[in-house]
Amino acid sequence: MDVLYFAWVRERIGLPREVVNTNARTVKELVSELVAREERYEAAFADISALRVALDQELSSFDAPLKGVREVAFFPPMTGG
Amino acid sequence: MDVRVQESAFDLGVETSEFAAKTSASGAVVTFTGIVRNNAAGTLEHMQIEHYPAMTQKALEAISNEALTRWQLEDAKVIHRFGALKPGEMIMMVATAAPHRKDAFEAAEFLMDYLKSRAPFWKKEVSSDDASWVAAKEEDEAALGRWQE
Repeated sequence: MDVLYFAWVRERIGLPREVVNTNARTVKELVSELVAREERYEAAFADISALRVALDQELSSFDAPLKGVREVAFFPPMTGG
Repeated sequence: MDVRVQESAFDLGVETSEFAAKTSASGAVVTFTGIVRNNAAGTLEHMQIEHYPAMTQKALEAISNEALTRWQLEDAKVIHRFGALKPGEMIMMVATAAPHRKDAFEAAEFLMDYLKSRAPFWKKEVSSDDASWVAAKEEDEAALGRWQE
């Protein structure tokens, strides 16, 4: 699936998007897999309560299942307006 | 309904006039405009606004549709810019048209409250000696509470 990062999450991980092959069943499991990879992921996901997640461009939760999802995006709380 | 996400500047006067001219059943048009504010030291070079292109348009349309459903509105317009914006530049605008002003004011406030915390934009303040992401404010999140019943 495509995994996208925005704002300081993108800066900490060092790339805007990547393709991830995963069997993770939920967003939380995907985060655990990413964190286990490298320190920069650990730095980005240190506090998931400070993060938001969107599944196929809809705001979702870290407990949400990933079945059928094509695009996951991680970002800090939005600051529009 | 007119929802636009763009890098280029917009002309508030033209946008408002066009919007108001299209309404015939409305006695009230309310507009709000967000402007890049300089920091306290006056050193802001620009505000870098990042967004999530695949999601932004959809999210803004969903919020606008919600406003059109909840209030007696004839029409709504939202323009939100991204990219590097200098102090004094307009970031975004909303306009609402309604038969009566109460609906127009309330719907405009609703749109602003939701845009702040639910539209996928992120602001970074870039000054001569620093660059930092603007943190979301708790009061902005709390402001959504009054619309949830």
